Amino acid sequence: MSELVVQTTQLTKTYGARLAVDRVDMTVRRGEVYGFLGPNGAGKTTTLRMMLGLVRPTRGSARVLGRPAGDPAVTARTGALIEGPGFFPYLSGRENLRVMARYRGLGRDAVEEALARVALTDRGDDRFKGYSLGMKQRLGVASALMGDPELIVLDEPTNGLDPAGMADMRRLIVELASGGQTVVLSSHLLAEVQDICDRVGVIAGGHLLSESTVGELRGAASLRVRATPLDRAIAAGMRVAGDDSVAVDRDRLLITVSADRTPDVVRALVADGIDVHEVSTSERTLEEVFMEMTAAPAMGSQSQTDMEAVR
Amino acid sequence: MTTMTATGTMGTATRLGPVPGVLASMRAEARRVRKWPAVWITLGAWLALSAMFGYLFNYLAYTTGSGNFATEGQSRAALLASIMPGAVPDVLIDGMPMFGGALMMVLGALVAGNGYGWGTWKTIFTQGPSRVSAVLGSLLTLAGVVVAVVIVTLGFDLGLSLIVAATESQQVVWPSLAAVSQSVGAGLLVMGMWAMFGYLLGTLARGPALSVGLGLIWALVIENLLRGVGSMLGFVDTLTHFLPGTAAGSLVGSLVRGGSGDTPGVVAAISGERAVWTLAAYIVVLPLLSLVLVRRRDVA
Repeated sequence: MSELVVQTTQLTKTYGARLAVDRVDMTVRRGEVYGFLGPNGAGKTTTLRMMLGLVRPTRGSARVLGRPAGDPAVTARTGALIEGPGFFPYLSGRENLRVMARYRGLGRDAVEEALARVALTDRGDDRFKGYSLGMKQRLGVASALMGDPELIVLDEPTNGLDPAGMADMRRLIVELASGGQTVVLSSHLLAEVQDICDRVGVIAGGHLLSESTVGELRGAASLRVRATPLDRAIAAGMRVAGDDSVAVDRDRLLITVSADRTPDVVRALVADGIDVHEVSTSERTLEEVFMEMTAAPAMGSQSQTDMEAVR
Repeated sequence: MTTMTATGTMGTATRLGPVPGVLASMRAEARRVRKWPAVWITLGAWLALSAMFGYLFNYLAYTTGSGNFATEGQSRAALLASIMPGAVPDVLIDGMPMFGGALMMVLGALVAGNGYGWGTWKTIFTQGPSRVSAVLGSLLTLAGVVVAVVIVTLGFDLGLSLIVAATESQQVVWPSLAAVSQSVGAGLLVMGMWAMFGYLLGTLARGPALSVGLGLIWALVIENLLRGVGSMLGFVDTLTHFLPGTAAGSLVGSLVRGGSGDTPGVVAAISGERAVWTLAAYIVVLPLLSLVLVRRRDVA
């Protein structure tokens, strides 16, 4: 299914001279877990706020579930936790959800079920004010889940969670997606995104740098081979993987091939009478890709906007 | 921590139309306002003020024969009459233009302003009802609180005056229904206007602190100062005739028959009828401004 749940067109937001989000075209498909990645201040939350209709775009538009973002018909079918949970401090967690359930026209069953989903049933009667950061965060997620919305937007949902809580949250998100709900997840925990997201958008300095599947983003694995003599090994490697796919790093070959072709490479080397001392595969993590993508341009535009702010 | 589960279905969200949206918002807002200690503290403070300045001090002055700053020059008979059931319509509204109004303004500013700091408006605006529905629900809830406060104050004042009458073995003379309804109506206008004034300030400032501070200075200080300047400068005097505090004080001033007549905030700047129209205009315009502001703004 490739129905678009979210589609932004040239979405732009400026605050005075500062360009927070710059011409972002992003798409989220029905049923997928979409990871939204970017360094702090990259424009993630601003983009999500525009997607929810909380903030008006300066230019461009965002359509959600086929209608303009922020339309009541859309927000009724969307659940969101954005930039930290916002609840009444003097009410208990359960009472807070009951208030929000009334806004949604839902009953108490929905509240109890949402509390159970995030394992807060036992602490539901404690005041929100006294919750730990992780509990507040879980209550925010519970509120976003109430009413089984078609689209769930979670901005940094694992903020403040302990490792067990993070694992539970990851499992919850995967289960939501397998139940057919679409999840947009912003995070700077790249391992988390790598594990659970179908597609990712990378944003830095307000620009959407890339939007693709996690696999595409990480690219092919590379094979590190130490073999002698090196020159004949290079020739054999080129024959198997192609001329452009072989590089030399000191005494090692770096061959860019998919992991399942490793035996072919080794076979070719041995058949040519080359001594193979060591073979290892190295796959780029999302973190490495992310660092590469965001480092240079983000720094560049950062200093540029700083300059603009000074002017 | 036990595990989180994503099994089961939670009542499917349905789109709420404008009218159900307002009703749903009102039910939600009423729930959280009812359970908010700040609301009860404000109501308690108002009742305590009413009891002290409406009954306690006058009663003490009557029994001890000494005057206080508000009762100077009154005969003991007049003092006693002012705390009898027959005077309840006056006592009810006497303190509203300034003290009751200031408290309602604080309440309005809290109801509107706290949601920005807590992030609850952000949460509410992503629930389903439109912003206009959500804010209308909140404004109607606040109006409901004002109605409740005026009715409760009426009952409270009647109760206190009956206690005084019984203690002093006085014959109970009930106030006329017309006088009671006039006072209740005036009380609703005065308290409602100040509550909506506070709501607008809380919305403008996106927080309770600045809005409460500015609002109190406006209600307690600036309008009085302007009225003082108005006695010297004609155009300032004309200007004050359009101000909310002057309208509130004039309406109460036109209705309060007995009493000392020098309660702070109670004035006779404009006619009672004009004061009614001025207050009614504020009660329509102030919430509309809040709605327009919230509808357009970015909510962080």
